[in-house]
Amino acid sequence: MTDEEPRLQATPAARTALEAVRAREGSQVMFVQSGGCCAGSVPMCFLEGEYLTGDGDILLGDVDGAPFYMESTLEAALGHPSFVLDVAPGGPEGFSLGTVDGGHFVSRSSACLVTDETA
Amino acid sequence: MLYSAPGTEGSKVEVLTEYGNFIGGQFQAPIEGEYADNPTPVTGKPFTRYAQSTEADVEAALDAAHKAAPAWGESSLAQRAIVLNKIADAVEEHLEEIALAETYDNGKAVRETLNADIPLLVDHFRYFAGAARAEEGTLTEIDADMVAYHFREPLGVVGQIIPFNFPLLMAAWKLAPALAAGNAVVLKPASPTPWSIMKLMEVIGDVVPPGVINVVTGPGAKIGKALATNKRIAKIAFTGETVTGRLIMQYAAQNIIPSTTELGGKSPNIFFSDVMAEDDAFLDKAVEGLVLYAFNQGEVCTCPSRALIQEDIYDEFMARCLARIKAIKQGSPLDTETMMGAQVSTNQMDKISGYCDIAVQEGAECLVGGQKADLGGDLAGGYYFNPTVYKGDNKMRIFQEEIFGPVLAVTTFKDDAEALELANDTMYGLGAGVWTRNGTRAYRMGRAIKAGRVWTNCYHAYPAGAAFGGYKISGVGRENHRMMLDHYSQVKNLLVSYSDQPLGFF
Repeated sequence: MTDEEPRLQATPAARTALEAVRAREGSQVMFVQSGGCCAGSVPMCFLEGEYLTGDGDILLGDVDGAPFYMESTLEAALGHPSFVLDVAPGGPEGFSLGTVDGGHFVSRSSACLVTDETA
Repeated sequence: MLYSAPGTEGSKVEVLTEYGNFIGGQFQAPIEGEYADNPTPVTGKPFTRYAQSTEADVEAALDAAHKAAPAWGESSLAQRAIVLNKIADAVEEHLEEIALAETYDNGKAVRETLNADIPLLVDHFRYFAGAARAEEGTLTEIDADMVAYHFREPLGVVGQIIPFNFPLLMAAWKLAPALAAGNAVVLKPASPTPWSIMKLMEVIGDVVPPGVINVVTGPGAKIGKALATNKRIAKIAFTGETVTGRLIMQYAAQNIIPSTTELGGKSPNIFFSDVMAEDDAFLDKAVEGLVLYAFNQGEVCTCPSRALIQEDIYDEFMARCLARIKAIKQGSPLDTETMMGAQVSTNQMDKISGYCDIAVQEGAECLVGGQKADLGGDLAGGYYFNPTVYKGDNKMRIFQEEIFGPVLAVTTFKDDAEALELANDTMYGLGAGVWTRNGTRAYRMGRAIKAGRVWTNCYHAYPAGAAFGGYKISGVGRENHRMMLDHYSQVKNLLVSYSDQPLGFF
C-alpha cells in the first residue's frame, strides 16, 4: 500500500448492499468499526447520527456518502489500518443493521484484497 | 459418552418446532408472527425456530414486568431468597438437560456445560439468595435528635442484554442479583443463542412469579435498541463489544438511567521463570493455565489470549504447552470426551480465519493450528477451528484485538518491568493471569496490572463471591459478589428528627 491509496474502499457488492439498505431504511447510514469481543471485529451499520461520535473518533472516509468512523485508540492499536468494506452471509451483530438479504457488512484489511473472496 | 442430539430419539431434551417469547410467565407467539431458523454450531443445521420479535413484543414484556415489579419489590428478602433457591433447585434437578441444551445452542463441549456453566449458574442463584438474606441498611446518628436511615430499594424494571458465549451463565450473572434486589427483568439473549434460555424458562418458569422474568428474542437492531432506549427501564446491563457498549451508555445517558457494561479484553497470562523451578504439580498447573486459552473455544471475554513467558524458560515451557495443546481432543460437543467444541457461528469462524490471515501477513510464526478443522461426517457442516498459537510481537494486531476464538498470541519478556509493560500495553483491562512461586512478585504484579481481575496462580475460575469487571475500555461496573445488590438498587435516605423544638428561623 502507498500513502496515496485511500484508507477506505468498498467492493461492488458492498456498494450494492449499501444502496439497498439505504432504500429500505429511507435514510443515510453510518459505519463504526468495532474491536472484537462477543460480537465485533466488524463495521457496525447504524442510521446516520444514531451513534454519537466525538473528538476521539476518526473519520476514515465514506462509501457513497456513508461515513465510516473508528475510535482513535483502536485505530492506533491496529496500526492505522486501511479497510475494504465488503458483505458476508450471516446476520448482523450487536445493534447493527443487516443487509436486505440477511447478510452483514464486514471490513477486510486491504492486504486481504488479494484473496478471491473479495476480488 | 456421546449424547443423542436434542430432539432426536434417545435424547432427554425435547425440541419444539418453534419458540415464542417468555412474557408474564407464559410462552407467547411474537405479535407479528415472525420466526427465524436457529442452527446448531454442532452441525450447522437449523434445529428449531425462534421468535423474530418486534418493538411491540418488547412493550408487552415491559407491561408484564411493570405489573409484577411492585409486589416483587415489596416481597420480603426471605421470600425472594426462597424463589432464588427454588430456581437453583429446579435447574439442578434438570442439570443434564439444560447442559445439553446449552451445548447444542452454543456449540461448547458438554463437559464444560455439565461441570462449569450450569453448576455455576445454580451456585450463583444460591449465593444471591444467601447474600440477600444478609442485606442490611445503615443508620447514622447525626446528633442526639436526628438519625439518617439508609434503605436499599429496588430500581423497578431493568433491561439486560446477554452475550452468546455463556448464554445461561451470563443470564444468571445478571438475573440473580437483579431479582435478589427486588427488580423485574426484561432480558434479550444474543441472536446466535436464543434457544437454551427458553429451555431454562421451561424449567424455572413456574417457580418465579409471572412477569418477574421476561425473555424476548430477535434482532439487536430492532429489539435490543427498543429495550435499551426504552423510557420504561430503570437500568440497562450489557455484555458485548465496545461499539454497542458505547451505544448502550449513550442511550442510558439520554434517559438518565444507570448502565453496566462489560466489554471484552485481551488478557495477558504471565509466566515467570520460577514456575519451572521444580518439575511438580504446580508446573503442571501452570502449563494447563496457558492452555486454558482454548477453554470455551476461546470465546471468553477474559480469554488468556496473550501469553507472556520469561525468555529463559520459553523453549522448555512452550514445548510442554504445545504438547498439551496438540492433545486437545476436538469432536462432537455432545461427546463427554470432547475437550473443545464448535465456535458459535459462521460469522465467528470467518473472523477467526481473518485474524489468522492477518497474523501471517504481519509475520507472526504459527506454532500450531491456524485453520478450520474438518471433523467429517455429521460434523462437517459445524463450526470447528483448530487450537492455534502464534509467536510474535505485542504490537501486532493479534496481540491487540480480541479474536474471540482459540487463538493464542505468545511473546517473551526479560524481567518484571518488561512483563508489566507488555501486560498493560493494551486498550483493555478485564482479566490477567500471573504465575509465579514468589508471593511478593505475585502481589506486586497483581496490583500493578491495570485489569479488573488478576488471577494469581489460577485462571478461569468464576466464583459468585469474587467481583468481576473491567478497567480501561473493558467496561464500567462490576458483576458477581454481593456488591451487585447495590448495583441493582438505589438508596433511600430517611432523615428523621426526634426533636420537638422548632428551628427558630421563621
